[in-house]
Amino acid sequence: MILKKQNLIVLEILTMVLFLLFLFPFVILLINSAKNSFLVTQRPMALPNHWGMILTNIKTIWTNPNIAYPSSFMTSIIVTASSIIVINIFSSQAAWVLVRNNSRTSKIIFIIFVAAMVIPFQIVMFPLLSWYRKIYEITGIRLLRTHIGLIFTYLGFGMSLSIFMFHGFIKSIPYELEEAATIDGCRKDQIFYKILSPLLTPIHATVMILNGIWIWNDYLLPLLILGKGNKVQTIPLAVSNFAGAYVVQWNLILTAILMAIVPIIIFFLAAQKYIISGMVAGSIKS
Amino acid sequence: MKRRKQNTFIFWLFLSPVLFAFVVVIVIPFFLGIFYSFTNWSSSARADSVLTFIGLKNFYRIFRDPSFLYSFLITIIYTFLNVISINVVALVLAVVVTTKLKLRNLYRVGFFIPNLIGGLVLGYVWQFIFNNAIPAIGKAIPLLAGFANANNLILGKVDSSIVALVLVGTWQYAGYIMMIYIAAIEGVPESLIEAATIDGANSFQRFTSITIPMVAQAFTITTFLTLVQSFKQFDINVSLTAGGPSTMFMGKPIFGTELLSLNIYNTAFVANNLAEGQAKAVIFFIVLVIVSIIQVTVNKKKEVEM
Repeated sequence: MILKKQNLIVLEILTMVLFLLFLFPFVILLINSAKNSFLVTQRPMALPNHWGMILTNIKTIWTNPNIAYPSSFMTSIIVTASSIIVINIFSSQAAWVLVRNNSRTSKIIFIIFVAAMVIPFQIVMFPLLSWYRKIYEITGIRLLRTHIGLIFTYLGFGMSLSIFMFHGFIKSIPYELEEAATIDGCRKDQIFYKILSPLLTPIHATVMILNGIWIWNDYLLPLLILGKGNKVQTIPLAVSNFAGAYVVQWNLILTAILMAIVPIIIFFLAAQKYIISGMVAGSIKS
Repeated sequence: MKRRKQNTFIFWLFLSPVLFAFVVVIVIPFFLGIFYSFTNWSSSARADSVLTFIGLKNFYRIFRDPSFLYSFLITIIYTFLNVISINVVALVLAVVVTTKLKLRNLYRVGFFIPNLIGGLVLGYVWQFIFNNAIPAIGKAIPLLAGFANANNLILGKVDSSIVALVLVGTWQYAGYIMMIYIAAIEGVPESLIEAATIDGANSFQRFTSITIPMVAQAFTITTFLTLVQSFKQFDINVSLTAGGPSTMFMGKPIFGTELLSLNIYNTAFVANNLAEGQAKAVIFFIVLVIVSIIQVTVNKKKEVEM
């Protein structure tokens, strides 16, 4: 919109105020992470007396056995990183053969994958647990309360949208490239790894960001697969477990939250452009 | 011939990991879930031996369960308010940050940031704001003294708690929807706006007769996105209100802000009634399927019109 200069200044000020209001919860979070348990409830709006208190609180959280921050953080990293790698490798492969194979089977499989995106987690979550228990009884493979079980489950829930996005991208790559390679005697699997994969970098980044943010923040799925208060915990589980147990100690709860969100904010500021465009692309395609 | 065989082999080889995960994680639990909703499924250890088919009894029961009917009702209310609130805020923000403001890129990032952080974690921060920070503001500013009264806590009453859920939901999601609107607004050709300006259209006219129609396509996307997202809301519900405060409905005490997802979860794990929880999940699924069918139909219709 084209606005007059003085209107633009008024708008700038109003937007600034709105912007500060939007970030207000983060300010509250920060100032109250630097207070003791008395001040945090007595004077929640005041600036802290000693900013150094934030380090004391961080240390308390770091060593608190209930939240087990170091191990929860590691679990979140392992699960998120492994899941996005597994999802990206298997979904891109699958999308490629689905695009390049014109058979009816291929089309039907793709349609089923896309249709399955409607299935909400809620309808599968209870049977999933009893079914995983059954798998353990029969095969001895433990999927509940383990990293591997959680990663495998994320592959199942993340693959549909990922395949859909890779599918759209691969369709726009000319087939002539692969034909030429075939004539030159390239094996089919080599075509994928040597010729196609390098071209997929942008869509790999988009899919990774989309799944990464979802998995890092997810609560319900880890709650069911890992259970609350067990040995293997992700950050959101650890925070909720801790908040439930320490209702009065708001300074520590807020510090734990601060420590949970700082990594993602740093990641965001480093890769801002890709994240925003990736997340918007994901929504428009679905 | 050899090549063809090789192709088929690669086809199944490349598909097998996702097919396997799909069948184990989604297909089998999905059909098990539908089957269980017609049985007396329970969490007791010998469940399998006593599993009996009871027809529609679970569905019959849940539609007489005040907590489920109430959850359904407030989920519809919450979804309705949230969809409107998120889209209005997002559109306003998008329009504002696509003007020539100096710090427009900074604003975009600021409005978007809450979306990166999980609803669970954010809910606790907001719980602290509603229960501690706002009463403190009330104490400091005489005009807002009402908020300082412990009886007026926002999360202490059902109505204001639902408003709080909408507020936090909007705060978290509006920046994301804003980005979709920005993409649509920036897709409007500059020449079109210039032409209208030359023809004497003022900024309001340009907005209503150029920008709005041009972003209409985005409306379908954002409406369904926010609709489904609000309907499935769980994380913020758990951490902000945990379903409370309690209230009365159909003569029974129930949780006042327990949205459907939380109600399904609590039915199975708190009330220990897996079969009824599963039946509720099936209804939940059916509602989402209907929403998706409407979405696909609307999109098809739009494509024809274009």
